Amino acid sequence: MTNQFLWVIFPYLCMAIFVVGHLFRYRNDQFGWTAKSSEFIEKKLLMIGSLLFHIGIMPVIGGHVVGLGIPKEWTRALGVSDHMYHMGAIWVGGFFGFVTLAGMLILTARRVTLKNVRELSSRSDLIVNALLLFIVFIGIYSVVVTNAVKPEFDYRDSISIWFRSLLIFRPEAGLMSTVPLAFQLHILSGFLIFAMWPFTRLVHVWSVPLNYVRRSYILYRRNPKN
Amino acid sequence: MKIKAQIGMVMNLDKCIGCHTCSVTCKTTWTNREGAEYMWFNNVETKPGIGYPKRWEDQELYKGGWQLNKKGKLELKSGSKLSKVALGKIFYNPDMPEMKDYYEPWTYDYEKLTTAGNSKHTPVARAKSVVSGEYMDLEWGPNWEDQLAGAHVTGPKDPNIQKIEEEIKFNFEQAFMMYLPRLCEHCLNPSCVASCPSGAMYKREEDGIVLVDQEACRGWRYCMTGCPYKKVYFNWKTNKAEKCTFCFPRIESGLPTVCSETCTGRIRYLGVLLYDADRVLEAASTPDEKDLYEAQCDLFLDPNDPEVIAQARKDGISEEWIEGAQNSPVYKLAIEYKLAFPLHPEYRTLPMVWYVPPLSPIMNYFEGKDSIKNPDMIFPAIEEMRIPIQYLANMLTAGDTEAVKGALQRMAMMRSYMRTASSGKEFDVSRLERVGLTEQQTKQMYRLLAIAKYEDRFVVPTSHKEGHMNMYRSQGSAGYNEMGDFSMGTSQSSSPMSAQGGCDGCGPVAPAKSGKEIYEENFYGGIWRD
Repeated sequence: MTNQFLWVIFPYLCMAIFVVGHLFRYRNDQFGWTAKSSEFIEKKLLMIGSLLFHIGIMPVIGGHVVGLGIPKEWTRALGVSDHMYHMGAIWVGGFFGFVTLAGMLILTARRVTLKNVRELSSRSDLIVNALLLFIVFIGIYSVVVTNAVKPEFDYRDSISIWFRSLLIFRPEAGLMSTVPLAFQLHILSGFLIFAMWPFTRLVHVWSVPLNYVRRSYILYRRNPKN
Repeated sequence: MKIKAQIGMVMNLDKCIGCHTCSVTCKTTWTNREGAEYMWFNNVETKPGIGYPKRWEDQELYKGGWQLNKKGKLELKSGSKLSKVALGKIFYNPDMPEMKDYYEPWTYDYEKLTTAGNSKHTPVARAKSVVSGEYMDLEWGPNWEDQLAGAHVTGPKDPNIQKIEEEIKFNFEQAFMMYLPRLCEHCLNPSCVASCPSGAMYKREEDGIVLVDQEACRGWRYCMTGCPYKKVYFNWKTNKAEKCTFCFPRIESGLPTVCSETCTGRIRYLGVLLYDADRVLEAASTPDEKDLYEAQCDLFLDPNDPEVIAQARKDGISEEWIEGAQNSPVYKLAIEYKLAFPLHPEYRTLPMVWYVPPLSPIMNYFEGKDSIKNPDMIFPAIEEMRIPIQYLANMLTAGDTEAVKGALQRMAMMRSYMRTASSGKEFDVSRLERVGLTEQQTKQMYRLLAIAKYEDRFVVPTSHKEGHMNMYRSQGSAGYNEMGDFSMGTSQSSSPMSAQGGCDGCGPVAPAKSGKEIYEENFYGGIWRD
């Protein structure tokens, strides 16, 4: 029962909130949709923290997509042995994980210790901050510590298959019961932040202005014709 | 040719007394709310000084405006579009000013004054930060340099002073000063609009006013960097960009902006200019900085030229607007008399708030003693003015002193002409010709600059909204309540700023207050409170 809740109901619930929440907010709260930068209040620490965090998180997300989405057989077919893949994931993923963690630590310290930044933080900013810090920390812990303690555990045989089973709507909760605790916590907190995503500052991710590059410099707006 | 109309402003600095009325009325109208306390859509700076935010004119520091790249093509000084999106600048904008470059807004602990107990000393209301709520020591503010206060320290750091080669001393005998009221320039080639990655900033087709779409703004803050005048502000409460709106609701109704309306010195002029939109990029790409002023003047079209009128009609400009352009005081001052100049044309934004440079004290000496006897004394006298010509030129013409000198000579000549006229003396009209004026023009110039009648200063044609919207249905629909409560407006539900915001076409609403309530609210001891 607990298994069903944690590894089927909860993830689906989070994903449903993620989708519906975004639609709702996009339609109803354009005015609140912003990157919510505090660079205007403080710049130096933000530079280090924000750059480290963002530059770290992008490859980390990419690694998650590959690790969770692509079956072992496919990478083998490309000539990448399981060992090679594993080493790559640990070293490259671990490196960017630490970059992300360092950024997150600086940003958290900045948010907590600087009076003006703290005053301007909403409750949702603080929750997102704490949760992100936890997710990044426990994620690295899973890679570094759990991997050393239980070298026989391969997440691509359990977590990845479970994750893909969710995506094709044939959830297999049983796959998750033997997964080490650190991984489990990482996954659950990860889904939690997806559920919170549409209601926090994280929505700025979807506003990355890619079409700016191709746009003309000056924009004119005319009154609509009746 | 594609003709567009633009509402522009001219400020006659010769008459600015630095009273800050424009700033205060603007603030009470637009930025009197949380998150916007530090914003002054309009502010008045004493020059020389580093201004607001500190050293805003230093584009090596803030990277505002445009520059020509090696190929001679116009690009943003802060970097290419790609560098903003892809190269990490989106995570951290290196060229953005911080709050402390403006000032940390504060209030005072007023309550202390009434609640303090008996004590030996008078209770004091201490300054309290509006951001953190804690007591603070005031070290910088929006007007720290007013009347040259501290100019011996900050004056030498003024970028316009640093460009002057000769040594300028800030001791009492040699000090000079002038006022510079500043607001958004509503540029023809706005670098803030070009910097906005979200496409939230735009120039209005019908009158050229530059605005921020509050719903589309995503708070990337490149506009703050992009604007070389530092006139786009970041609201720390809503996390969106805000700027001077040129009081567009008033302009649409044919009224002057609040800053212009309330100017006690009557230094502000508003009017329509017609310009060729197809040649804006070409003008902004003029290779030599010193030619930018002339290039911008060349964009403006003669509103009395039949060809221009025909093309303007074809491009959808209404008869009222063409007539407005023909009577435009801005056209007269900037183009016809060549008295007004754009602020820092070297930023290549083609700004549309222009300035008539101030004459300064030494003129009195020359005019009074010798200029009547020896009319040519005006010409060397201009060079001896207390405010160095080079200083004015660094602000108004990218350093070209000839254009500024010409304007000052015409103003001095006008004074000289009017003085002889009013004292019944003879005036050699050929002197006017030497500065390129006719008697008729001189008299008109005098009327516009010195008499400055309301109807001559503000020639603002109304907008034609009936063409694209149902005016009856949309009454009261343009509100700003989402941007936070206006501290003045919260108690008045009938205030257009707080009521009915976001109500799209809900039609007229019955007043919430009875006539008696409105009467009591507005009359205080029998005096009409306006």
